[in-house]
Amino acid sequence: MNDTRRGTGSIGRRLTLYLAIVAALLSLLSWGIVTGFARQAAEKTQDNVLSAAATAIAETLRSEQGEVWLELPYSAFSMLGAISEDRVFYRITANGALLTGYEDLPVSTDPSIRAGEVGFATSAYRGEALRMATVSRRILAGNRPVQVIVTVGQTREGIAEIARDLSRQAGFLSIAFFLIAVVLSFFAARASLRPLNEIAKAVSRRGPSDLRPLRRPAPRELAPLIAALNRFMDRLGQSIRRSEDFIVEAAHRVRTPLATVRVHADLALRNAQSEAERDRLRQMIRAIDESSRSAGQLLDHATVAFRSDDLLKDQISLRDLAKQTVISMTPTASMKDIEIDLEAEALCVEGDAVLLDNALRNILDNAIKYSPEDTTIEMRITAQNGEAHIIVTDQGAGLGDDPPEMLTQRFKRGRNAENIVGSGLGLTIAADVLFAHGGRLELRNKAEGNGVCASLVLPLA
Amino acid sequence: MRLTCFALGLGLSLSPAAAFEPEDHLWIEGSSDQVLRILSTADLDVFTPYLMAFHAEHPDLDLDYTVVSSTDLYDEIHSGGVYDVVISSAMDLQFQLANDGLARRHRSPITQNLPDWAQWREVIFAFTTEPAVVLVATEYFDGLEIPQTRQELIAILRDNPERFAGKIGTYDVRDSGLGYLFATQEDRATDAYWRLSEVMGRLQPALYCCSGPMIEDVMSGKLALAYNVLGSYAAERLADQSEGRVQILRMTDFSNVILRTALIPATAPNPTEAGTFIDALLTIALRDGAEDWPLPPLSAATASGSGFGPIRIGPALMVYLDPLNRRTFLSEWENAILEQ
Repeated sequence: MNDTRRGTGSIGRRLTLYLAIVAALLSLLSWGIVTGFARQAAEKTQDNVLSAAATAIAETLRSEQGEVWLELPYSAFSMLGAISEDRVFYRITANGALLTGYEDLPVSTDPSIRAGEVGFATSAYRGEALRMATVSRRILAGNRPVQVIVTVGQTREGIAEIARDLSRQAGFLSIAFFLIAVVLSFFAARASLRPLNEIAKAVSRRGPSDLRPLRRPAPRELAPLIAALNRFMDRLGQSIRRSEDFIVEAAHRVRTPLATVRVHADLALRNAQSEAERDRLRQMIRAIDESSRSAGQLLDHATVAFRSDDLLKDQISLRDLAKQTVISMTPTASMKDIEIDLEAEALCVEGDAVLLDNALRNILDNAIKYSPEDTTIEMRITAQNGEAHIIVTDQGAGLGDDPPEMLTQRFKRGRNAENIVGSGLGLTIAADVLFAHGGRLELRNKAEGNGVCASLVLPLA
Repeated sequence: MRLTCFALGLGLSLSPAAAFEPEDHLWIEGSSDQVLRILSTADLDVFTPYLMAFHAEHPDLDLDYTVVSSTDLYDEIHSGGVYDVVISSAMDLQFQLANDGLARRHRSPITQNLPDWAQWREVIFAFTTEPAVVLVATEYFDGLEIPQTRQELIAILRDNPERFAGKIGTYDVRDSGLGYLFATQEDRATDAYWRLSEVMGRLQPALYCCSGPMIEDVMSGKLALAYNVLGSYAAERLADQSEGRVQILRMTDFSNVILRTALIPATAPNPTEAGTFIDALLTIALRDGAEDWPLPPLSAATASGSGFGPIRIGPALMVYLDPLNRRTFLSEWENAILEQ
């Protein structure tokens, strides 16, 4: 059972795993997106500031005495310093000639940059990647137009650092989200599987012969399973009932003609002339007895199976019950000159008197069968540890070497019982009855001398 | 002539760099052959204790310490001079070196402890905060209020031209990198700067290359007032010894705070040892005040004293180094200081 469960794995674990994988992918995705956004935002910020710085410089351009003149505004550079600790380079040219700045700055001489527009470019300068903003402005110096190009560049290290910091924070957040999601997945999986577990529990709580259909609210997904289970149990129940009916019917059909045959055999025995004839007839009667007894026990077994399904809960006095059973068994016992000695405390149990009588009768029957002639069978009814014990002790040969559990199985008989009439159903019937009443049958050899000690244990009412 | 040097920095090389004139030099013999070459603007009397402290910790290293002006220092490094550590109070020139890729990174547990405003890109490290102060000889202010703001200073100088004529000292910003930095930052921060410059210009001011001689002249009584002196401890100690004849003033309307910075040139032959040296400077800079060193510590209190914080290490420092801007600024300055 455990093996099959392990074999197909746990749905809960699988569900948790799948949800965790989804959470991991989503966390990774969100981290990637945030990282991308962070880099874009940082770069955009840098572009904006570079553009503002270049524009601010271009706006200070003026012409003085026919010369292009400018004054680098302090704010243009201080805002570049405010966004990050990056190196700053600039270059200002008038009609292609350097006005001020770093002459070797790799400015793209892109003619498409029109006045008022800002062009951006990235290139390597002095061993580092440089982001540059370029604006162009045309002014009149004297009466000739001069094309002034202002380029401001900044390294991207600080910007990258900012983006990295954001990305790291986003990473921590993603991990936290992932962990929370895993914990939640675990609980979600458990909650989703709760109905399934409840149904499994309800089914396993049932008695061995409880085949009533399951009638409990279940999620839509489980309805087919429950319907299939109910159909299966219905078919199983029908099949069991059919076979029981068949057995009862068969037993009946066999027992009635057997009784007739027995009467005739008895008559024949009485009228028999020769000893050989009488011997044969006695063997015949013995065989008939055995058959009719087996049929009776089959009927008993069917009765037990049938009545256990819907057990009566009557208050039963064990002493009265035992007395009646003993009385009904006395004729059988006296045939072997066996005395049944009953000592009983007044104890009450809850249950079905017919079944308990049946169980007791089978035990006594067994005891009589295996006892030698002219012995006593002791029957004691006492209370021990809150349970009623009906202890039946005979002076027979004992159980032999077979384990007691084996003897209560259907049609199993001890190896030392081979020459005694019996079907192997007696102890099974008794054990089934006791089990149906919440009790048990204990079989052991007597501590001193020969004989079996059978204890029928029942919970007290 | 200076202009060409700046132009060099921006790739406008007009003339090869001239050999510089060391102002001072110190050699500390170590036990090994390894030499740590330091180029610095800090005078020996200020910096020797730092060198001795480092030598005590690392006796194996030879220390070769050369004092130069900030502009010479810039030119020397820009033209490929081989040094391990470069120390200067001219933040703009230091920044230009770093921006042009002439300095290398250094990272250590100590640099990571530095406040953000005290470093740039793990390349430039500040190890002091030093305010610009005004030094006054009190004997010249008999019967006058000691000025606390530029407005008051302007009023006093304007109202007493005969008393202060020729008795005012300030940096010659054409010569001094630090003076130029102070002046340009003041130009940015307060409009009183130009009015003050014009008033001082009418009084035929004495122009100096560096803080040291200016302090001396105030101590000796040759000057009534020195404007924009670097307020190091040395100046304070001298003022303390003067029995009240000399006072140090920090203008309450605005005063610059500069950061003295160190960097490791890209050409440094011993970058690891240079890093160790910078870490030693930074450890002293981050002291909790109990120890006595010639230079003030990196202190947020000094830094925020002016209400503006220290001059920020950043690309904006390059603005006034631009040849066009420098030409404009110097011509305005000359108009104000010299030609009236």
